[in-house]
Amino acid sequence: MTGIGLSHILVVSIALFFIGVYGFLTRRNMIMMLMSIELILNSVNLNFIAFNKYLWSNKMDGLFFTIFIIAIAAAEAAVAIAIIINLYRSHKSIDVEDASDLKF
Amino acid sequence: MTAQDIIFYLLAAFTLVAGFLAVTTTKIFRSAIFLLFSLIGIAGIYFWLEYEFIAAVQIVVYVGGIVVLIIFSIFLTQEAGANLPDTAMTKKITGGLAAVFGFGFTLLQVLQHKFIGTTEPGIEPNVANIGNRMLGVNEFGYSLPFEVVSILLLAAMVGCIVIALKKPVEK
Repeated sequence: MTGIGLSHILVVSIALFFIGVYGFLTRRNMIMMLMSIELILNSVNLNFIAFNKYLWSNKMDGLFFTIFIIAIAAAEAAVAIAIIINLYRSHKSIDVEDASDLKF
Repeated sequence: MTAQDIIFYLLAAFTLVAGFLAVTTTKIFRSAIFLLFSLIGIAGIYFWLEYEFIAAVQIVVYVGGIVVLIIFSIFLTQEAGANLPDTAMTKKITGGLAAVFGFGFTLLQVLQHKFIGTTEPGIEPNVANIGNRMLGVNEFGYSLPFEVVSILLLAAMVGCIVIALKKPVEK
């Protein structure tokens, strides 16, 4: 058994999560925000795998949650990029500040 | 400190530095490449944890799929090499404070909490076990979520085509 345990991996995944949150809050470009969301989803996946390995290795639930999250993240990224490209066609910009047509 | 520990620290530092550069760099293309390195680092951590199947899925889906999709959409929507407009300082400060305090409080909670795991013998996460569980219909099977996700992927594919379709020119 090595000195690295569950808490080390949790610290890495928390740091990655909040790096993603920082990017999501500061960036105004839609593709950049999408990338931040990918970072957040990856930190969650890392968390699931770490819990599965260190706490519940007699079950495989964390592993399957990770697989399904990866599948849903891929679908989400594809739909988001389709929306972004459509928005670029109509507004010539993918800055969130420029997409204000629905603002009251 | 064994070699295994050192490898973990290297992988973690690589992932976090690449992730941080991905959200702070001003050129969007560089940002996509840093995101790629961060995802590869996470795949390395999965390999380190001996979850080889998840690591392979991570590389195939994220590195081979999503990052390539993001790079294509950058080419379609930005001028390559152009700098992004700099974010306002107040936004940077508020975002940084939110991230730092969130990180601090969550870290405090995690380090204080005593995690109690199972003592039963573990299941080897190899491909045979994953496959049996994935398509199993008994107590621990994941057949229904598997089917639901396949419907979701079909719906997402149809939705993408419909959203990105060019309107036909009126004659």
